[in-house]
Amino acid sequence: MAIAEQQTSSQAGPGSGDRSWHSIVLQTLKRNEISLIPYVPDRVLTPLIKSLHADPFFTTFATAREEEAVGIVSGAWMGGRRGAVLMQTSGFATLANTLASLAVPYQIPLIMFVSERGTLGEFNYGQSLVCRTMRPVLDSLAIEHHTITRLDELEFITDRSIKQAVTTQAPVALILNPLLTGGKVFDK
Amino acid sequence: MSARNTKVMNRFDVTSRLIARLKREEAVIGGIGNTNFDLWAAGHRPQNFYMLGSMGLAFPIALGVALAQPDRRVFALEGDGSLLMQLGALSTIAALKPKNLIMIVMDNGIYQITGAQPTPASGVADLVAIALGSGLSNSAWAADEEDFERLVDQAMAADEPSLIALRIDDKPGVGTTRRDPVQIRERFMHGLGVREPL
Repeated sequence: MAIAEQQTSSQAGPGSGDRSWHSIVLQTLKRNEISLIPYVPDRVLTPLIKSLHADPFFTTFATAREEEAVGIVSGAWMGGRRGAVLMQTSGFATLANTLASLAVPYQIPLIMFVSERGTLGEFNYGQSLVCRTMRPVLDSLAIEHHTITRLDELEFITDRSIKQAVTTQAPVALILNPLLTGGKVFDK
Repeated sequence: MSARNTKVMNRFDVTSRLIARLKREEAVIGGIGNTNFDLWAAGHRPQNFYMLGSMGLAFPIALGVALAQPDRRVFALEGDGSLLMQLGALSTIAALKPKNLIMIVMDNGIYQITGAQPTPASGVADLVAIALGSGLSNSAWAADEEDFERLVDQAMAADEPSLIALRIDDKPGVGTTRRDPVQIRERFMHGLGVREPL
């Protein structure tokens, strides 16, 4: 948490705008005309979710399951509107069938932001186990994914990955590592 | 509201009746298996989308289309077993209230395509009561074919999302959808005016 906060505060000079990780994600979504954001919440994603709700450019809402959110943005894409799904590692673990039967074979540029739990100070054994399933599932379907650890790389990776997903009509997972976000620790 | 007073109809027949009433390039999302087989058999339209997996996502996919194109009516055809996979989606739709979304549930109480095993809800749960309890106040059982057509007409003029449930028989689907996901998606996007063919 301390590293992420230092990174955030050191780059947020007066008048330069908010350079927090969540502000960068929001601005990058907006710049790429991604306006539909269904999510299943996560503690670490809370500042991003709050700022998305506060910005009328976005239609942001909770779904009961991550699969549902993937279905919604897939339908929206086919209808001409871009979306992205926010979730936690454990939520990603519910998606293998939907990725393999909808997003990948129909060539839908599904954009996923996954808040990574299960590593770098995890306190729940189940979270650390389910985290280990995430990259093997992504790799087994040859889905592009990046683990973002540095604030100075966040905008580049996010912006380029969104553009690549759209132009190649392929899903992408952007994994937000605790080195970027601070993660969730036991005393929270 | 009670399913007990409704006639047992046929999926292909009611799907054909629905398609015959569509005059304004309405989108139709067909859930997996028999639901989209009968949609296919009723005659392919450019505004039809056929699911080849992702059981339970017909309503969420239709919701996405409805949010992207608020001026187009969007229908979703789903089986009872599929709906049981994603009951939470009903609350999501109730919360967002897309007035252009019309959900149709084909309820035979069985997983017909896998060997006609009864669903856990069969004879126990009332899917319209579940929809009403999820916040979808414009939900009803169709008493018979004419009532179904009347409910469809009402839904096309409604200012809130609609859910229509039908009791159907245990017959399999009439046709078999061509399983070509990229073509299905691409042609659907052409049908919705999102893209032009190459």
